[in-house]
Amino acid sequence: MNVDWTTFWPRIVEATGETLIMVIATLIFGSILGVVMGLLLFVTRQNNILENKIVFNLLNLIINIVRPVPFIIFLVAISQLTRLVVGTTIGTAAAIFPMTIIASFTIARVVENNLVSIDPGVIEAAQAMGASPLRIIFTVLIPEALGPLVLGLTFVSVTLIDFSAVAGTVGGGGLGHVAMTYGYQRFDGSVMIVTVLILIVLVQVAQWIGNTLSRKIMRR
Amino acid sequence: MIEFKQVSKTFKIGPREVHAVKDVTLTVEQGDIFGIIGFSGAGKSTLLRLVNLLERPTSGRIEIGGTDVTSLSAKELRRQRQNIGMIFQNFNLFNSRTVAGNIAYPLKLAGTPKTEISRRVTELLQFVGLADKAANYPDQLSGGQKQRVGIARALASNPDILICDEATSALDPDTTSDILRLLKKVNREFGITILLITHEMEVIQSICTKVAVMEDGEVIETGGVFDVFTDPQHGTTERFIRSVQQDLPSPGILKEWRDAGGGKLYRLLFKGPIANEPVLSRVTAKHGVTFNIVYGSVRELQERLFGNLIVSFAGDPVATAAAIDEIATLTDIEEVIEIER
Repeated sequence: MNVDWTTFWPRIVEATGETLIMVIATLIFGSILGVVMGLLLFVTRQNNILENKIVFNLLNLIINIVRPVPFIIFLVAISQLTRLVVGTTIGTAAAIFPMTIIASFTIARVVENNLVSIDPGVIEAAQAMGASPLRIIFTVLIPEALGPLVLGLTFVSVTLIDFSAVAGTVGGGGLGHVAMTYGYQRFDGSVMIVTVLILIVLVQVAQWIGNTLSRKIMRR
Repeated sequence: MIEFKQVSKTFKIGPREVHAVKDVTLTVEQGDIFGIIGFSGAGKSTLLRLVNLLERPTSGRIEIGGTDVTSLSAKELRRQRQNIGMIFQNFNLFNSRTVAGNIAYPLKLAGTPKTEISRRVTELLQFVGLADKAANYPDQLSGGQKQRVGIARALASNPDILICDEATSALDPDTTSDILRLLKKVNREFGITILLITHEMEVIQSICTKVAVMEDGEVIETGGVFDVFTDPQHGTTERFIRSVQQDLPSPGILKEWRDAGGGKLYRLLFKGPIANEPVLSRVTAKHGVTFNIVYGSVRELQERLFGNLIVSFAGDPVATAAAIDEIATLTDIEEVIEIER
């Protein structure tokens, strides 16, 4: 049984909105947590401005444990925790929680990688001028790494569009849910094609925004 | 005044200990342009970083203006660092900030009011000759211009001391002499004490008043630049000096001279005013001996003349010996004996 497109469009619009909310909310929460963790990872490294073996090794270990787990497994594995925090395991909000966790660990690595590429001499110069570690974080590390960081976050947000679709298949809302229930379970090829096209457009737009922003920041 | 008192720095790299600085005692007087020269790995870069405690000494004391900097709290140390400008081989400018933004950075750290910052930035840009580059970003500048920004940034907080980490090593010879002139101007106009490290004797020769030679973490020779240049005590020092001034003809020419039956060669050194006197012609004429200058130069060092001549004498052996003895009472003379170098 195929859908009646004259009445089905509002459902597609609604689902697109849910996907956008999942991705944007995850990006915001994940970025906050991820940037903090990434900065911590970087500054607590050996010979860095706030060297701390315990913090570094602990963070490094947690990230390495969580990151290799496939998202769909992770989603199911922490469903009890999701229920505890969000109150349910079904719907948009329930998808945002596991997505945020995964995203923040990924972003932590992205942030760390971008910070490592900053010339240590620049940090040394700031230290020599009498800048405190906190000051160096906000006035040297973040501004110096911002351009590539935006590109990294763009990469993550494209992955999140993918994750939102995965979450949709197991109870999250959004385009993934629509594609799964109508396109896959009811064999409606037209729904499948439309949702895929929308996902492609979303990815293109995200990439374009990221490229434009980072180009502005890096002045290239 | 910067005083190193029996300062050592040991790095632990895995199970290995690297003694980067060994028991260095050194005094840099106010107003000096003090150069530390050494080959790479001699420990000079570590020694320089001990001044503003980018590296902490393993033992010993570092006093600046009588204060032991190793005993300062983190906050006091940050304040102290604002009094020590630093410039780098690779400039280390903030790429995310404009030229003006780079120079303003230390002023912001010091909590300088905005209007005062913009006044000071303009003044510093003028001083380093980059008034038209305020809005440019570092990646739009040449190496020499970047180092000028580095110098302006280091001077922004009105420091008493400027430390320079191989500041000209990444620059071409023309730009190097521009930057050296600028450093000299910094020293003369603001009375800022400069401590620099380099592996180029050229740098020491052209701007330093005092020099220390480092090897394997130790200071092996130190003194006024004129004295060290004209009377080096150590083989390494001689090697550095030879990199900027050849004091002997090349071995090939010397061999040719010997093979052609040329007589003994003598090296005469004239330091300071004696270089203006006709010592050689007066003494040889008196003893009826003739002389031949085979090789040599008279150059200016630290605004004093320094002559280095390689001479042979011809005439009665007794008279020649007498002439040499008399010259020896007036200035340094020694026979040239080739050694394998």
